[in-house]
Amino acid sequence: MGNEAQPADATQSVDFQQVQQTEQFRELRRRHRSFVFPMAVAFLLWYFGYVLLADYAVGFMSTKLWGNINVGLVLGLLQFATTFGITAWYVSYSNRRLDPIAAEIRNEIEGHEFDTHGQPVKGVRQ
Amino acid sequence: MSATVFASVPAVNVAALKDTTLLNMGIFALFVLVTMVIVFRASRNNKTAADYYAAGRSFTGSQNGTAIAGDYLSAASFLGITGAIAINGYDGFLYSIGFLVAWLVALLLVAELLRNTGKFTMADVLSFRLRQRPVRIAAALSTLAVCFFYLLAQMAGAGSLISLLLGISDWGGQALVIIVVGALMIMYVLIGGMKGTTWVQIIKAVLLICGAAVMTLWVLSIYGFNLSNLLGSAAEAANNPNVLNPGLQYGKSETTKLDFMSLGLALVLGTAALPHVLMRFYTVPTAKEARKSVVWSIWLIGLFYLFTLVLGYGAAALVGADTIKGAPGGVNSAAPLLAFHLGGPLLLGFISAVAFATILAVVAGLTITAAASFAHDIYANVIAKGQADAGTEVKVARRTVVVIGVLAILGGIFANGQNVAFLVALAFAVAASANLPTIVYSLFWRKFTTQGAVWSMYGGLASAIILIAFSPVVSGAKTSMIQGANFAIFPLSNPGIVSIPLAFFLGWLGTVLDKRKEDAAKQAEMEVRSLTGVGAEKAVDH
Repeated sequence: MGNEAQPADATQSVDFQQVQQTEQFRELRRRHRSFVFPMAVAFLLWYFGYVLLADYAVGFMSTKLWGNINVGLVLGLLQFATTFGITAWYVSYSNRRLDPIAAEIRNEIEGHEFDTHGQPVKGVRQ
Repeated sequence: MSATVFASVPAVNVAALKDTTLLNMGIFALFVLVTMVIVFRASRNNKTAADYYAAGRSFTGSQNGTAIAGDYLSAASFLGITGAIAINGYDGFLYSIGFLVAWLVALLLVAELLRNTGKFTMADVLSFRLRQRPVRIAAALSTLAVCFFYLLAQMAGAGSLISLLLGISDWGGQALVIIVVGALMIMYVLIGGMKGTTWVQIIKAVLLICGAAVMTLWVLSIYGFNLSNLLGSAAEAANNPNVLNPGLQYGKSETTKLDFMSLGLALVLGTAALPHVLMRFYTVPTAKEARKSVVWSIWLIGLFYLFTLVLGYGAAALVGADTIKGAPGGVNSAAPLLAFHLGGPLLLGFISAVAFATILAVVAGLTITAAASFAHDIYANVIAKGQADAGTEVKVARRTVVVIGVLAILGGIFANGQNVAFLVALAFAVAASANLPTIVYSLFWRKFTTQGAVWSMYGGLASAIILIAFSPVVSGAKTSMIQGANFAIFPLSNPGIVSIPLAFFLGWLGTVLDKRKEDAAKQAEMEVRSLTGVGAEKAVDH
């Protein structure tokens, strides 16, 4: 069992290009990418903005807000807050918008609806 | 030698140190005993390659998430970041933030898609739709390189810790300790495989987070749970209000500012490309559990890094930067010294044993990743051309463990004394340069080709390593590995800002110049599998 990156399983006869062309799969891909790409760009910009400020705007970052708490510390802690926030948001988004449609496509494939040969088995979908 | 060092720690008598040594050894021995029993029990079901490398894919998301936190919260995080904040103040905090934000890259772009398309190693994913041989060899080499740098950091941490605890400051004594740590680690991995290693990670993560939580609350209670008071006291002890501001370490010149950017880039892009973290996604049964693991680990890791902020400034305020720098183990001794100040020998013993456990467990995780990569990618797929049976593959993996263990021991002896957080940042830079572009391209760019992957991986790997070799890390500075030589023609300590964009560029260039097109059917299969999880490797039944 050394080599195969692809295991011998029920999906061997599936025509994946056909699946890739279906409206359902394109919808799944669209939903996934329209969430993860903008989000990745947003948090990377926010992170690098923060690093640039810490690097080149030391005076601003050192501004005291309350007692010894300065802008730099608050922005740093906000990085923690946004990381936790985006994590929770992504989980709720995938539970609602990604998992159901992914499960549907998976069931159809495993129900041999996209086999390259033989008769498609109907009625497998619940 | 230890007497002079500890004399400056307040409220500590030197006579207590002898007891401390025995106590430390006792607590440490107990931990080794308990984990060995667990590893033995866990190993009884290690039959197949999926058992050995991926723990039979039988862990739950929360168990695996805790283990990921265990893998990630290495000695670098605990000893290195606490020390960096204690000495350099705010600039040390950047490590925490970069290390945490990086998990969003793993969560959003990599974890689930990777779990759905691979089997044991990173190379499984990269070679899915590209030509197996060249891509697997490149991926395995970069895995081995990243693991090696990461191992160096952990072994250097072991040396620092031991020298502090046992007052061993001579080179031979520390080398002996590193050999003992290495030998123990080899045993864990040989016997326990991924399952045993994962259990050790889980136990250690829980102990580490609890220990850090107790110390954090303790420090905060001294300052009436007022963070501002703690910061004020740290600034006062350092006799420098700038410890609260950015720039103390990296603000000295334009070069150091650029170095700071480079570090920031390497930290945030490195995590999602660390082979030992990626391999953990295969120990869970489904992509949904992989997502759950990442979410768990983000919460645990984030919480822990909030603790390090308090611990770092606490060590600065209560122990003092000069005492820390003067102690055997230097910067890395901030956390143990703080424990000693707070709870005396008992807390020092506990915290040190946890830090030890951390090093053992992380080294074990790295070793199994490197061994899997060699046995699965190079031996089984390239040398034996897929004809090796699983038993032989696991046998090769076990032999590789021994070889890597010996290399790590030798490397650790030479890296001894460097700040471990800093060494880990180098491993991140190598990972982000060699692996991340190819992972992202092969998951998201339909036209990506084998030539692009090979150019990007070798280009990223070579540029990162060459730049490190000609950086002040290796020669030409006071803290360099090779003293008395100067061939540091590259001014930055971290190569990320050059090597990461270069690797992305080479991946693009190699692809557009490639005359061969990759199989569209394979691309379709990979895309469908990655998003739906159809046909993904399931858990092993016993």
